[in-house]
Amino acid sequence: MQQTPLIAQHRAAGAKLVDFAGWEMPIQYSGVVDEYHTVRSKAGLFDVSHMGRLVVTGSGAESFLQRMTTNDLAALRPMQAQYSMVCNEQGGIKDDIFVYRLARAGEFLVCVNASNREKIVSWLTDHSRVVPDCQVSDRSPEIAQIALQGQAARAIVAAVGLPQLEQLKLRESTMVRVSNVECLVARTGYTGEFGYEFYVYGPAGPVWDKLLDTGKSFGLKPAGLGARDLLRLEMGYLLYGNDIDERTTPIEAGAEWAVRFEKGDFIGKPALLTQKQVGVSRRFVGFELLEKAVPRHGFTILSSSSPQSPIGEVTSGNLSPLLQKGIGLGYVSPKYADPGMDFFIDIRGKAVPAKVVKAAFYKRPAK
Amino acid sequence: MIPADLRFHKEHEWVRLDGKRATVGISDFAQDALGDIVFLDLPKVGVSVKVGQQIGEVESTKTTSTIYTPVSGTVSQINTDLKDHPEVVNSDPYGKGWIAIIDLADPAEVDQLMTAVQYEAFLASQKH
Repeated sequence: MQQTPLIAQHRAAGAKLVDFAGWEMPIQYSGVVDEYHTVRSKAGLFDVSHMGRLVVTGSGAESFLQRMTTNDLAALRPMQAQYSMVCNEQGGIKDDIFVYRLARAGEFLVCVNASNREKIVSWLTDHSRVVPDCQVSDRSPEIAQIALQGQAARAIVAAVGLPQLEQLKLRESTMVRVSNVECLVARTGYTGEFGYEFYVYGPAGPVWDKLLDTGKSFGLKPAGLGARDLLRLEMGYLLYGNDIDERTTPIEAGAEWAVRFEKGDFIGKPALLTQKQVGVSRRFVGFELLEKAVPRHGFTILSSSSPQSPIGEVTSGNLSPLLQKGIGLGYVSPKYADPGMDFFIDIRGKAVPAKVVKAAFYKRPAK
Repeated sequence: MIPADLRFHKEHEWVRLDGKRATVGISDFAQDALGDIVFLDLPKVGVSVKVGQQIGEVESTKTTSTIYTPVSGTVSQINTDLKDHPEVVNSDPYGKGWIAIIDLADPAEVDQLMTAVQYEAFLASQKH
């Protein structure tokens, strides 16, 4: 199993470590639910170094990435980031990613899912060979990634001596030094809370320790992948491998907002345009259960008409600590996909009533 | 430490015997493996159950696990406190986190279950 540069910190904190996409990662420290509440009410610190970080450089980099991704890079100012997707020729999702336009012209940072790193590195490298002046390099081993998430994050970065981060707007980033280590810090995350992600261009241990030590008096605790999954589920954020894969398209997955047809050619565009014109055969929805039960990945969704027939499949589910209800994400036939519509989830042979709701299930309270 | 008065089923349920009444729960090993327990589907009072049969489910933040009854008999009580406080199974699996009380059909069945010492050895043998 691969380990992140923070493995010693996780062991010292008593983390429960599991194999996640080939990485030995903390699933929890104090407990998933406790960490969840800590992030929603104060702040949590996540090691997300298992994710892949690629740098694409050269005068050909921008037009190359425009062709390889679905969102429009032209919309990005320097040090700004966007959510995007890499599709295959059929419009199937190879990965969902974050692309950062860096300060120097022709430099981009691409953050990919751990499970897709090798696949995306080869996909991009293979396609870059015919592009003049465009280099793809996998920088994952030398850049660590730490997420500081929660409303206390703003006060914590100020206390760390980085007041300039308080001015950052959503998806903006800037270069800072923490414990004398160079970091790109972005207002991004996967929890729905106010927060930052630190891309650490050097030893990650001192950065982690500094954030955690300073943050303690603000209630900061380390948080694991278990809490991260609950937090993203409540936001309706897609999880690759669960909610999306190469057999699903951004149109079906409700991520058409990250597809810019007007920007020019990109891989998958003809297929996605056709699907948009013809219409999809399934749509991604959020739902909540009307009785206490827990939906899980792979469960069948049944029509409410009698006889009940399969109309879709659950792709993610859990008990929402916030709502104290079973919540889930999944695909259903389009005619069942509007908010308020009823269907049933087949939970080990028992049909449990559910209704379509808008994901996100959670909305961050206005200050 | 595993309480010495308990008997254990291989699916990690425990039994505490009081005459012909058996209190049933899941072991500390089971709660730890499941992680934070968020919901339990408990059996109905009055149903008769056979050893090894599924009587309920435990839902944690990570997964779903079946509760098997380690003994045969009739469910005479269930722990209704778990409805609002499922986390008690994590914090006190051998005490307040009990799941059901079963009036035994055949008290001799309990002799088939592992003692605390045997269960400890069983857990050690499951590790690799």
